[in-house]
Amino acid sequence: MAQMNESPLAVYQAHLEKGELAYQWSSEANRAVFYPRVICPFSGSDRLEWRVSGGLGTVYATTVTHPREGNPYNVALIDCDEGFRLMSRVEDIAPEAVKIGMRVKFRVHRPGGEEPPYPVFVPVAPTLPSPVSGGGSGRGPVEAG
Amino acid sequence: MDGLQRGSAAIVGVAEADLGAVAPDMSAIDLMAQGIQRALNDCGLRLSDVDGLLCATAQSRTSGLSLAEYLGISPAFIDTTILGGSSFMFHVAHAQAALQLGLCKVAVIAYGSTQRTIGRRQASVREYNPYETPFRPFLPSTAYALAASRHMHEFGTTREQLAAVAVAAREWALLNPAAWEKKPLTIPEVLSARMISYPFTVRDCCLLTDGGGAVILTSAERARSLKKPPVYVLGCGQAITHATISSMPDLTVTGALPSGRAAYAMARLGPKDIDVVELYDAFTINTILFLEDLGFCPKGEGGPFVEGGRIAPGGGLPVNTNGGGLSYCHPGMYGLFLLIEATRQLRGECGARQVADCETAIAHGNGGVLSSQSTVILGSEATI
Repeated sequence: MAQMNESPLAVYQAHLEKGELAYQWSSEANRAVFYPRVICPFSGSDRLEWRVSGGLGTVYATTVTHPREGNPYNVALIDCDEGFRLMSRVEDIAPEAVKIGMRVKFRVHRPGGEEPPYPVFVPVAPTLPSPVSGGGSGRGPVEAG
Repeated sequence: MDGLQRGSAAIVGVAEADLGAVAPDMSAIDLMAQGIQRALNDCGLRLSDVDGLLCATAQSRTSGLSLAEYLGISPAFIDTTILGGSSFMFHVAHAQAALQLGLCKVAVIAYGSTQRTIGRRQASVREYNPYETPFRPFLPSTAYALAASRHMHEFGTTREQLAAVAVAAREWALLNPAAWEKKPLTIPEVLSARMISYPFTVRDCCLLTDGGGAVILTSAERARSLKKPPVYVLGCGQAITHATISSMPDLTVTGALPSGRAAYAMARLGPKDIDVVELYDAFTINTILFLEDLGFCPKGEGGPFVEGGRIAPGGGLPVNTNGGGLSYCHPGMYGLFLLIEATRQLRGECGARQVADCETAIAHGNGGVLSSQSTVILGSEATI
């Protein structure tokens, strides 16, 4: 077998550098895989295809964490429309205003310095029509945020 | 669990090591050894009888080596399975299997932690997770808070109901001379305490103490020749559902459901047959989740179930009779203390907090962020 040139994490972070939220698709299990890995946890297959998320999702769970110093901040679990869940935070609104069921869209966050970019979410503007949840090709245009 | 025989092994000795804030420079292994010596005294066995050693601690990479060297023994059977706070319930099943197979004759399960003295960050180094760490979850509390948020959303569970769990634990702790907390606690005090991760205040979160202890098991036959009444292992179950909270399939249903089912099946008992309930209460939501998943109330009804002192002293169901991780002690991986309390309740040694006519007990361990669940059902001679 050929040795892998790039770790799953490196591919994921390279997508983030381009402003994309990437995930894997397991054709054998017919479902999304996240976090990225070498084999599919639903089938054991190593045939995992990289896809770019449409960036739309729904808040599954949310909390406001209160550090001893500094401002409270949101930590949330987001269910992306392609069927995978990830930890993130919802920005642009007060942390306690983040609610379960809220529609959100991906935005890349670039902390700068040595830290790699990571995905955050912002509320979908209330004036936009509510997108249909679930399904999706997973190849939609990337939301610039 | 298939292969394990109901009642084939028994807990014969239990003891806590020093608890709370221990002497400066005590090590986790010091506390394990202290617990073992006291547990041996509890049952009348000697260190030279011990040929099975099981232990776990976050403070020693190869705790089995360190503890065996410290004790001066070369155990025939050794197991250092570490899956978080439930590790010791897994150890009970492994010890029972080893005893049944004749891999050892006397098995000791030990734990020690000096996390209060040396600081939690040093006692338990968090691994960097590129998919979670950037979001600065304060683990484990943020993860359990996410589970609580989901339970509140789906079932209408309230902060007051969560607080009722902390208040019940405190009432039990006031009956336990070994408990860390010594003052009464009210629901308004829980709600107005310092916020940690919504909906949890510091009073919804377990204590941060030092401590340790040991549990000694042997065959049912040998157990009957020892000092105290045997406490039989009637049922064991276990389930692992995830490691990180992002990968937990459903934040309102834990692995306690399959773990409990397996333990009940082996014990040939159900929740209605259990006299005393010891649940791993790292956070107030835990008690509610495990009461549901272990069948003491239907899913989603744990909040109303704990209202009105139902699980407090004098309530309908005695839960966490030592005061729990919330008010008695919580030295990082708390599961061993549930086994100690369940054993003492079945022996009738619990003084002011003793549950009357106690013949069966459930000790349910939780590890990680609701990740590993393991259930042990114990019974007195009357259950055999």
